[in-house]
This record gives sequence, structure tokens and C-alpha cells, in this order.
Amino acid sequence: MSATVSTFEMPRTISSQRRTKDRLFSIALWASVVIALVPLLLIVYRVVRLGVAAISVNLFAHTALPASLPGGGLKQAFLGTAMIVGLAIAFSVPLGVLTGIFLAEYGSGRIAAVVRFTAEILLSIPSIVAGAFIWALVVVALGNFSALAAGIALTVLMWPIMARATEEVLRLVPTELREGGLALGYPRWRVIMRIVLPTAGAGVFTAIMLAVARGLGETAPVLLTALGNDFVSTNPLKPTDAVPLRVYNYAQSAYPAWRALAWGGALMLLVGVLVLSVTARMLSIRQQRRMR
Amino acid sequence: MREIDVSGLSAWFGSKQVLRDINLGIERGSATAIIGPSGCGKSTLIRCLNRMHEEVRGAHVEGKVLFDGEDIYDPRVDPVVIRRRIGMVFQKPNPFPTMSILENAIAGLKLLGRLPKADLQERGEQALRAAGLWEEVKDRLGEPGGRLSGGQQQRLCIARALAVEPDVLLMDEPASALDPASTLRIEELVTELKDRYTVVIVTHNMQQAARVADWTLFMLYGEVVEFGPTNKIFTTPEDQRTEDYVTGRFG
Amino acid sequence: MATIGVPPHADAPAAPLTRRRRFGDPAFRWTTLVVSVGLVVMLALLLWVLADGGWRAIREFGLHFVIGRDWNPVAGRETYGALPFIFGTAVTSLIAMVLAMPIGVGVALFLNESGAGWIKNPLAVLVDLLAAIPSVVYGLWGLFVLVPLFDHTVEPWLSASVGKVPVLGGLFRYQGPGGDMFTAGVILAIMILPIVTAVTREVVSVVSTETREAAMALGATRYETIRLGVLPTARPGIVGAGMLGLGRALGETIAVALVIGNSTNISASLFKSGYTIPAVIANEFREATSAGVHRSALLFLALLLVLIALGMASVSRLLVRRTARLMGDDVAAQEEAASSTLGLA
Repeated sequence: MSATVSTFEMPRTISSQRRTKDRLFSIALWASVVIALVPLLLIVYRVVRLGVAAISVNLFAHTALPASLPGGGLKQAFLGTAMIVGLAIAFSVPLGVLTGIFLAEYGSGRIAAVVRFTAEILLSIPSIVAGAFIWALVVVALGNFSALAAGIALTVLMWPIMARATEEVLRLVPTELREGGLALGYPRWRVIMRIVLPTAGAGVFTAIMLAVARGLGETAPVLLTALGNDFVSTNPLKPTDAVPLRVYNYAQSAYPAWRALAWGGALMLLVGVLVLSVTARMLSIRQQRRMR
Repeated sequence: MREIDVSGLSAWFGSKQVLRDINLGIERGSATAIIGPSGCGKSTLIRCLNRMHEEVRGAHVEGKVLFDGEDIYDPRVDPVVIRRRIGMVFQKPNPFPTMSILENAIAGLKLLGRLPKADLQERGEQALRAAGLWEEVKDRLGEPGGRLSGGQQQRLCIARALAVEPDVLLMDEPASALDPASTLRIEELVTELKDRYTVVIVTHNMQQAARVADWTLFMLYGEVVEFGPTNKIFTTPEDQRTEDYVTGRFG
Repeated sequence: MATIGVPPHADAPAAPLTRRRRFGDPAFRWTTLVVSVGLVVMLALLLWVLADGGWRAIREFGLHFVIGRDWNPVAGRETYGALPFIFGTAVTSLIAMVLAMPIGVGVALFLNESGAGWIKNPLAVLVDLLAAIPSVVYGLWGLFVLVPLFDHTVEPWLSASVGKVPVLGGLFRYQGPGGDMFTAGVILAIMILPIVTAVTREVVSVVSTETREAAMALGATRYETIRLGVLPTARPGIVGAGMLGLGRALGETIAVALVIGNSTNISASLFKSGYTIPAVIANEFREATSAGVHRSALLFLALLLVLIALGMASVSRLLVRRTARLMGDDVAAQEEAASSTLGLA
């Protein structure tokens, strides 16, 4: 360039001002990483330390006892969670997978767009609202709190997760596989059920694990629908206890014995949720590698 | 006189070697074209000249590249400084999407310090003129850069690169994403620019090299096969492989 | 005799396969369609149930429901003014956003840069694990670790230092031990951090390499490359990430209920105990099973909550798409951005 307006000279190095800003920025990024990790480490440490102290046969073998009596456990809570989550899986897996299939295989029209949008925003629904919904609908209709209601409330949360995750996983299956099946004369639905779904198999399993990891730890919807119970319940139409619920209640109590159990329950929840999440992640990495 | 002097340059993506022991001298005020079949390492080579190659995860470089007497790969040298003086234009035009045409042109200048507004405007205009874009955009400088056509966007990127007054302009297949008319404009521009800048241009289009460049470098499998005046490369090449390539027997 | 050259089933009747396919395919498609539409119906039903249940409270109290400060479910002296809960929800969520946004975006940017490669993967995994921790575990930890810590150390210190500043200092006046809005805000910040980070990461990665390279080629430092080449384009998406985080903060029940003190105050000090909408629903639903105004009030609050949360989720989706559109890469970006909210139930 010929004539320049000012006497500004093109610098041959970077000004120290720029350098400082860059350095400060790097420090800020590192700092945010550290700040983000500290709570995680503190929480895990505390839960493990206090939770492990509560681990004993009693935790699993005994049901809740009044605080003055020693040897209480969380047995009814574990069984209750199993029942509630079991019901939730029974409802949300077929619903979620079918929705996912619809979105992935027939998903290009207006209806699919609305469904997809709904599923996505439902991912952000506050869990207490799901609880309030089923409370107003099922609990009031049946006249009492129940494991069934809790299972339905969890389904409200888990269905959208299953649907979107299944859709993602099915989309990863290459079109060539579908075309191969169709070319052989398979009807569309058979291609989906016999070829696409099995190929995505591990991915769907991963989706189930993610949904369950969510449902396992939810307290609010279960609080509003299952109410809790000190005893083991095998009747899905009666109030049931659940681990997060029991932890919530015991946490607010004044008795050290109960509080210790709360930490024990919290540890079990943490372990359960982490195992599911980590397994899901590893499976999905392996699945993606296979797809390539 | 030599603007850039490459000696013993080798480059890797992870464990895969893509450049082998390149030796090359680029004259000031010339236009040098780098040609060769797909995958021969031409883009990698040009990206080594402004230290962009190493920004890829796992990428790795050895050797020397002397610019203005200093090895740009010397550990004491900051790549950021090099990049102001050795500018680059990319294959796919990449104006900053949220900025207007003028803002794009002066984007690089704003990094360099607090210049008065009138100054920035003036320099922006000069850069846009140098890139042959001024007449077309002078009435709409405030419009978003993304609204221009492909060819115009690329000239905007050239203006942006020129605004910081580099010594060298590297161009990585600047016209390959453009239509023939825009391609011609870019080629004309290169011919004008080589008076004031040293231009290095990677192209997969041999005729483009023949039209635009003073010097041509032919590469194959990460190595320099032949380097010489464009005329010679295309009419009386020394290496058989060069001849095969320029006559279209492969690639 | 001449069987060669004759198609094998030339004599067979019209293949039953055709008939079966005409039934199987539409039936299957129809089933998946019905189930999928069922999801939309469920949402509609949810909104209707809450609206139908909550209507009575609005009819009886009208605007006072939203701006009144007295909340008394005791029969005979019933009055329902939900302002304390709205206030508490707003304040705690705001605190959470102020803390979580810079840190969440910082972590996301960190994860997106080259350099320090070894820490990237484990860090990403750890942030995702933060997302998986159940809220009751956060609440338990908050109650027994954070509350005492804040009560004995952090809050007195802040009160003595920042609390002395005129005007703004009023926010930081120490109020004694017990749960409070500030502690709740901090717990919420930790809880929403992973979602802010995850969505920001997706958004920033969509701002593809080309804009970044453009800045670098001009001789920009890493900070300048981000400021110039990444953040302006990513900004709508980052706001979207914030909205998702905010939505999560607004709806969080259990952890907040354990550390906020659960008292219907509206005070200027952040260190005073408070109450949020989800917390009051959780605490009072037991007494409200009879079809009275109390139940109606709680359901209306739930409706309010869900409308805000879903509204934010919708806007967030739009904003994340806006970033993608700026990069001109519509379809792929939509998929990527949407899937980011997934792994984070």
C-alpha cells in the first residue's frame, strides 16, 4: 500500500498489552476448570467417606426402624426403587423406542417435526412438575399414593430421553444397510425390526441406561406420587419407599443413626448412577467405532 | 533476493509423514505456484510457511524456514507474530459472519492497536481497492460480509489479509470454490498483487499456475520433484514425472 | 419338459407376500405414529391437568396470587400470595447463573482449544459425571457441608467485607446460621454447570475451524481468536446454553429445599432464608390432597413453573440454531446441538 494517512507503523512484534491479555485469558480458563472440578471432588469424597461407614449387611437386609432402635436399614427403599424403576422401564422403553423409530425412519414430515420439538423441550421439564402432573391425575384418581403412579411419573421424564437417544442411535445406522434389506424384498417394517434395530442394538441399550440413570436418582416426582413407606411393599398400588426419597427424609432428621443411613443411601445412588453413566459412555464409544 | 528460504522441512500428522525434506527458495516480489496431484502435500507445505500446520492436534514439523533472516521455527519465535507478516487466504472464503464488510476488512488492523476511526476507514478502503472490491461495495460497507457472493467474499478475505500489510501472501487454492468468472478475477488480482507482495499460491489447476506464476514448484508424495521458472516447468521440464503431470498423463 | 427359462413361480398364485406387506408396513408405521403423537398428547394433557387444577386459585385470588406476600394454608385463614416463592426462585436462579455462566463457558472454551490435550478427555468425563449426580445427593452434601461452611466462614467474611459497601452491601448482611438463598444459589450453580458447559461446547465446535483459522492467519493471539472468531458467532448459542441452565435452576426442587431454609421471606439480604416454587410444592402437597384451594394453588404454581421452563427450552433451541445458521451449516448443526442436551438428562 502506498500512501498511509497516519504515521502508524506496522509493529513487528506483539505489544505486551496483547500478550498480557492472552496470558490472563489462559489463566482464567484454567481457573474455571479448577473451580468446576473442586465441588465434584469434594462431593464424591464426602459421600464415599461417610457412605462407606454406613455400608453393612444391615443396610440391605433390614427395613427402616425407629431411630431409637439399632440396626435399621434401607431394604424397603431398595426394593421400592427397583419396583418403581422397573415399572418406569416397562412403560418408557417401548414408548420411547417406538417414538425413536418413528422419528428416525419416518421422520421427515410436519408431524415428526412437532414430535421432535416436543421431545426436545420435554427434556427440560422440571421433575417436580412431572410429579405434580401425575399426582393430580393418578394419585387423586386412585385415591392413594402408589408405586404405579411413581412409575408413570418417571415415565414422563424418561420417555423423551429414550425417544431422542433412540433416534440418534438409529440415524447412525448407514442407509446402505436399509437399502440392502429393501432390495432383498424385505418390507419396510422388517428392515427396521430385523436389520436396523439390531445393528443399533448396543446403542438402544445405552439409551435405556441413560434414561434409567436419570430415573434412579429422581426424588421429587417419587415424593409426590409414592409418598414413601417404612415397610417393604409388593403391591404396586400402595405407597412405596424409594432410595432418594428415604435419603431426603433421613437427611432432615435429627438422629445420627438415620443420617448415617442417608449417607449410605446416597453412596449407593452415586455408585448406581455413575456405573450406568460410565457403562453407557463406553458402550457408545464402542458402538460408534463399529459404525465406522 | 530470497524472501523465504526453506531447508530440510518435514512435516507429520501424528505418525504419518506428509512432507519429506523440502528445500525451496522463494524470491521477493514474485508469484510462486505449488502444483501437484491430490494428497501430494501442497496445502501442508503452504501451511508450514505461516505455522498454521502445527495448530492441528498431533501435527509436527522439523526443519528450517528462514524469513527475513530468522528461522520462523526457532523456539523463541511466536507464531502469532509471523502470521501478521505472512498472511493467508483460504480455499473456502471465510469472512467473519457477524461483521460488516468494512469491519471484516479492518478486522486484522484492530488487533494491532488503537487507531483512530478515520484511519481505520482509510486503510479499509485502500485494502478493498487493492483487492479489487471497492467499487462493488463502497455503498454498502455496513452490510454483513456473509451477504456477498462467493467471489466477492474471497476478495474480501484478500482485502482483510492485505490490510495488515504483510510481506508475503499465501493462498491455498483461493479460487477452487468459485465460479469461472470469479476465478478469473482472482487470477487478475494475483497478477496485480505480485508487484507489491510476495505471493505463494497452491493450485490444482495447472493452467492457472501457467497464467499467474513466475515460478512453479511441482510436488509428488510430499517431495519436491522440480522447481523452476513457470515457463520451463511447462515447456521443457527436466524430470519425467513433471512432464507426465503437466501433460496430463496422470493426476 | 422345458423347465429351463421358465421363472420358478410362474404358476404359483399371486404371492401372499404382497398381501402381507400391504398390511404389515402401514400397521407398523401407524403404530409408531400413534405412540409418537402420544408424546405430544401427554404434554398437552399435562398442561391441561395443571391448568384445570390451578384455575380455582386464580379465580379466587386473581392478581393477588402473584403479587401477594402472605401464604397461609391454614383452614379458616387461607390466603395465597406466592410472591415469596417467585422471589426466592428468581433470586436463587440468578445467583446460579451469575456463578455458573462464566465458569461453564470457560470450561467449554478450554475443552475446545488445542493444547493441554491430555487433560481434555478426563475433564469432559468428569463434567458429565457432575451432571449425573442425583439432586438429593447434592442436597445432602449441601446441607451438611456447604451450609455449615457458609454459615461459619464464608458469609461472615463476606458480610464483613463486601457487606460494608454502601447500597450493594445490603445484599450481603449476615443473618445467622441456617439455610439461605445464597447457599441455595451456589448449589444450583454447581448443578447447572454441566449443562451450560455441554451446550456451549457443542455450539462453539459448530463455529467451525474456518472462522478460527481466519483470525489466526491475521496474527491473532489465542484470546483474540476466540474473541474475534468464535464468540461473536457463538453468542446466540451461548445465550441458549444459559437459558437451558436457567430452566434447570428454576425447576430444581430437592437440593434447594434442603439448603434454603424454607421460610416465606422477602428480604434484601441474600444470606436470609427463603423459599422457592418447587420447594413449596414439595413441602405442602401432603396437606393438599383434598380438592381445595390449597391444592389448586400448588397446581397453579406448577403450571407457572412448567410454562417458564418449557418456554426457555424453546427459545434456547432457537438460539442454538441461530448460531448454526450463521455458519451456514443448518442441518448438521441442528442435530449436533440437539444431541448435546441428551447425554445430560
